[in-house]
Amino acid sequence: MTQGDKFKGYRGPGLETLKRFNVGVWEDVCVRSAKGEFRGIILPRSETADDRHIVLKLDTGYNVGVAAASCIEITSKGRREANYHIQENEFPTDPAKPDVVLFGTGGTIASRLDYRTGAVIPAFSPGELYGSVPELADICNLTTKKLYGVFSENMGPNEWIGLAKAVAGAIESGVDGIVIGHGTDTMHHTAAILSFMIQEPAVPVVMVGSQRSSDRPSSDAALNLIHATSAACISDIAEVMVCMFGPTSDKYGLLHRGTRVRKMHSSSRSTFRTIGDIPLALISEAEIRPLRTDYLKRRPDRKVKLDAVYDDRVSIVYYYPGMKPDVVDALVDNGYRGIVIAGTGLGHVNKPLYPALKRAVAKGVHVFMTVQTLWGYVQMYVYDTGRDLMDLGVIPAANMTPEVALMKLGWTLAHSDDRDEVGRMMLTPVAHEITEREPPDGYLILQGGLPEVERFLKSYQM
Amino acid sequence: MAKPSYSNLPFYASLGLKCGLEVHRQLDTAHKLFCDCPVRPYSPEYHAEILRHMRPTLSELGEYDPTALMEFKTHKQIIYRLNRETVCTYEMDDAPPFRLNRDALHRAMVLSVMLDLNQVDELHIARKQYLDGSIPTGFQRTMILGINGLIMCNGRRIGIRQLGLEEEACREVSDRGHTRTYMTDRLSIPLIEVVTEAEARTPAEAADMAGVIRKICHLSGLVRTGLGRVRQDVNVSITGGSRVEIKGVPRIRQIPGLVHFEALRQKALLEVRDLLRDSGVEPGAFSDDLDVTAAARKHAKRLFQKRLSRGNKARAVILRGCAGMLSHPLGPGRTLASEVSDRIRVIACIDDMPNMTCSDDPDGPTALFDEARRKAKAGPADAVVVVAGPVRDVVTAVQEVKNRMLEALEGVPRETRKALSSGVTSFERLLPGPDRMYPDTDLPPIVLSQREFETAEDQAPEKLWDKEAAYLGSGLSQAQVDRLLTTDQFRVYDEAIDRVKLRPSILAYLLVDFRVGLRRAGVEVGALDADLLAALFGDDSCASIKQKDAAKALEQALRDKA
Ligand SMILES: [Zn+2]
Repeated sequence: MTQGDKFKGYRGPGLETLKRFNVGVWEDVCVRSAKGEFRGIILPRSETADDRHIVLKLDTGYNVGVAAASCIEITSKGRREANYHIQENEFPTDPAKPDVVLFGTGGTIASRLDYRTGAVIPAFSPGELYGSVPELADICNLTTKKLYGVFSENMGPNEWIGLAKAVAGAIESGVDGIVIGHGTDTMHHTAAILSFMIQEPAVPVVMVGSQRSSDRPSSDAALNLIHATSAACISDIAEVMVCMFGPTSDKYGLLHRGTRVRKMHSSSRSTFRTIGDIPLALISEAEIRPLRTDYLKRRPDRKVKLDAVYDDRVSIVYYYPGMKPDVVDALVDNGYRGIVIAGTGLGHVNKPLYPALKRAVAKGVHVFMTVQTLWGYVQMYVYDTGRDLMDLGVIPAANMTPEVALMKLGWTLAHSDDRDEVGRMMLTPVAHEITEREPPDGYLILQGGLPEVERFLKSYQM
Repeated sequence: MAKPSYSNLPFYASLGLKCGLEVHRQLDTAHKLFCDCPVRPYSPEYHAEILRHMRPTLSELGEYDPTALMEFKTHKQIIYRLNRETVCTYEMDDAPPFRLNRDALHRAMVLSVMLDLNQVDELHIARKQYLDGSIPTGFQRTMILGINGLIMCNGRRIGIRQLGLEEEACREVSDRGHTRTYMTDRLSIPLIEVVTEAEARTPAEAADMAGVIRKICHLSGLVRTGLGRVRQDVNVSITGGSRVEIKGVPRIRQIPGLVHFEALRQKALLEVRDLLRDSGVEPGAFSDDLDVTAAARKHAKRLFQKRLSRGNKARAVILRGCAGMLSHPLGPGRTLASEVSDRIRVIACIDDMPNMTCSDDPDGPTALFDEARRKAKAGPADAVVVVAGPVRDVVTAVQEVKNRMLEALEGVPRETRKALSSGVTSFERLLPGPDRMYPDTDLPPIVLSQREFETAEDQAPEKLWDKEAAYLGSGLSQAQVDRLLTTDQFRVYDEAIDRVKLRPSILAYLLVDFRVGLRRAGVEVGALDADLLAALFGDDSCASIKQKDAAKALEQALRDKA
């Protein structure tokens, strides 16, 4: 054992105290401090915690911190190292079952705890997954490939391209379905860009994650994974999809189209919603029930159109009243080639921005308008403001959400810089990122407190 | 039958009785422990429901906890009722904790001082798994503030193992079949858990220890009072037995009987074990079970009723060499068969009673047992247990019958039990181990400052036993002292004692017995405070006033005020 391991995580006064009494982590000790006597095992110290305390695990399983400065004596009774592992069993294979590849990008579907940081870290091998979600073996033969180990906010163009290529490779190698484990924060960004990069996949490509950490008994992780794996195996919807809880209750999951899905709550299980339309399908342990018919069907041909390119010189300008034109100027001056505006209402910004937008367009920057209301279409003919903006060269992007428009613009600009071609590509839907119509039930946010909603909630587990 | 003397030390010493307590008491804060929801009176009203399941997960040390696995076997659907006024997304586990309630923390620190604990410098919030669904996350957030304290109980020093600050669980509304329903208004109310060492030697001492902790809580003035705001878990073991935890005893006066009958139950289980071993029964004796659906439909239709409806099955478990064992008495109205039935009810969720029948039951379907014995090549020395219900539940039930019998061969299973109204207990779940604890990752450790320790020290009243000694020294009886403290009238007493010329015992009488009597008689007693007492009895002439006359004067004054 190295010195570092012996004092894992301890620094400053904590480290000095351990050294002074010649004890280290995993030692079973009796600490005499100014506050009295404490018996327990010295645990590694989290790097984010201060350097003034020593952590003990008591016999009762509780952890407590003793101030290093107050320690009068520490005596050791030997070492008792905890050996934390996810139960790992060989994942059973059955030639009759479909083959699924699970790509990992860093989300926590199954997890274990890291003493060093106190954080939940993912468990991922098929054996580990089988140990924690044994139901998977009833569904498929599973192989896993860890592509990245990043939080979802750290996913970016390189990761998207790498992921798209890996998915295409797996489809061509003949798997029956693909599951992608992903952190939920930017899952809808990745789902959108994959929808453009992986067109017409022969099999389902299903993204999945968990909102509530998988170490908790009530986590949505296991059920989401079971649903996603079933969707990848059984469903005949061969599109890029997100599979997450429908309601917050453990009832069913929803399959959302990659270009229409958005995370709508920072922590709820029911955070993913299809915006401006209805989801593709409802999935439970019992069945997959399609909610619509206009999806691409699973094919036996193992083919996929891979188009994994991205130009990251694009940005979103989230308009607010009083915004100054230098925000737009700064992007243009820094070499950005595409701007998506999240405008107010039907797609508006204030007049002081006009010169900056005119200048941007004149410099060859492609400017598209979306709505920060998320639901509804950009309609720039209704008011003068909209017409003025179009005259300046701002192009309305229909009912693409701002994030989806951004993903699409980055992808488009990697194909062309021609104003007409960029406009044509942006406004020609690839994967329903623009829809012809918004159905009457495409926008539903139930308002709590209303008598009829209260009646509904009481009769339906939300 | 004469009521047993719960303080008969030689008798309980001969059993080797050891008993400790875990007292759970809500703190009187305005808000919950990790969110800003208010604490309100309990209400059955709710606006919405959510459905959750609990899956066992791993502890820090990499083991599945036995309780965890048991709960998973039950396949329970857990329904939570949500009231908009008392819960937010935190309690639903749809949001992480916001922050630790510092008022709750401060109150718990004062109580740590009062219990003479070694105080922890840095608090680490732990997640303690509860797969019964009583907490929607599946774990309780809990932290230790101090260890190794003490209380004085009947002149004995009793160790306090630890004081924890934690969030309350839900209130169970119902538990039928595979559905358990909880009301969430109580969830996450701040709570202290005081754990004593197992140092009660008689059932009466266990109740006395609970009484001391109760008085300390009242003396602090920092806790919630009233039914439903306090619960005692009582740990009982005897020599050769195991630690059994009787959960959630609401009233202290229930404790002695529960401890007594648990001690006797353990003694009886050890007798059963010896009988089984003496008659050569080994673990292999429980390995056979067989389908008896047709026979049960024929011979036990009345008994099983709809448990034998179409698609359901009946199975018999053969317990070789065990005839007569299942009827072995374990307590009033309880036999080994009751223990087996408990497991079937709780774990296999077959809860229409009777949920099994066995060959030791004189009214049981003999023809069914005979047929099962014949098919299994068993004889009259072999016992038969028959269960019926949905196939999956019956499979679980058969396994549980076998598990319980294997445990009977070992002696007393480690389990938590719940108090029944009859004063005995029934199985609740297997006793969880330390494996169900792991660090909470949502909030960092909380470093307590010197100033916080000092404030707690300053606010802590004198030690209970010192205060009691002073009261007794001034001529109050122990009963008066107890009632002054548990009715919180000691505050008025302390304020008034130097301002009145009454004998202390008369003042105590007025504040406790007489006050209660007046209130029952419909007299408004809200005005009974130190000022009123000083005005009535501040004169030197009151030094010789008789109790009866003081009472009359007080009653008149209160009636005049009203
Ligand atoms: Zn709340």
